[in-house]
Amino acid sequence: MTYLKNFLLFWYDFIVGDDWIIAAGVVLALVVSALLARREQNAWWVMPLAVVVMLAVSIWRETRKAR
Amino acid sequence: MTTGAVILVLAAFLASAVEAVEALTVVLAVGVTRGWRSSLIGAGTATLALAAMIAALGPTLSLLPIDALRVIVGTLLLIFGLQWLRKAILRAGHYKAFRDEEALYRKELADARAAGRPSRTGMDWYAFTLAFKGVFLEGLEVAFIVLTFGTSQGSIPLAALGAGIAILVVVAVGAMVHQPLSRVPENTMKFAVGLMLAAFGVFWSVEGTGIVWPGADVAILYNLAFLAVISFGMVLVLRRLHERREERQALKSVGVAGRGE
Repeated sequence: MTYLKNFLLFWYDFIVGDDWIIAAGVVLALVVSALLARREQNAWWVMPLAVVVMLAVSIWRETRKAR
Repeated sequence: MTTGAVILVLAAFLASAVEAVEALTVVLAVGVTRGWRSSLIGAGTATLALAAMIAALGPTLSLLPIDALRVIVGTLLLIFGLQWLRKAILRAGHYKAFRDEEALYRKELADARAAGRPSRTGMDWYAFTLAFKGVFLEGLEVAFIVLTFGTSQGSIPLAALGAGIAILVVVAVGAMVHQPLSRVPENTMKFAVGLMLAAFGVFWSVEGTGIVWPGADVAILYNLAFLAVISFGMVLVLRRLHERREERQALKSVGVAGRGE
């Protein structure tokens, strides 16, 4: 059980890293992009915009911790 | 060699050089920041895996779902890149200590060793995976270029020759520039690597969903520029906030000292 937990923790830490907001945001933005692409919308701007929002939110959360 | 053959070699050379430069960028970035051993092992393993795949599948390789691969590799690169960028921005904005990442990495390595996890050999799996993915995806694209150019022009060996020369030239350039790159300060390099991984990640993941970037591959460059401007803006805001906080704390301590007298 401990081995499985360690294994899962290793992969969570490896892929998701310090802030889950970024990983979740990237997946969400990708789903939105794919849905728009299916509707023939060339929504290339979704991901760059999402990246700015994710970075800002993630950094804001970290600075609040530092206060 | 006929004009058609020269054009085929040249076209395969140029197209493959673009892909090889992209793979080199990822390997150099990871090698300089995380160490060369694991990065080169990752790149070498990807090359072997590619060679095995090409030997096994041959022309049927073009049936592989390249878009699905782009989404997976792009998404992971983007997540890794944004994590690096986030830390580099926080450090440059004085909200995080400069050295804690290294201490954390050493702790992780020690923990992994104690738990008998894959780092037992001192292998940096993070660097390995990044280099592997970069080389594997780009190598696959080179293989597609060789197959499509070669099939349409009636000579796969000539297209492979063009691609082979491109890879050799790019590897030689990489070997020449890796030393000067190692002298760049750590956080600056991590900042640049975070920007590059994120730019490649944004490009590949979005392209994999079927969306066409305006300007095709040039999109990597304007995404890089866009992310750089946004990140530097965030650093400036954080520095200003940090200065204000320090001023307030200084005023408070003067007030406390004044009351104490």
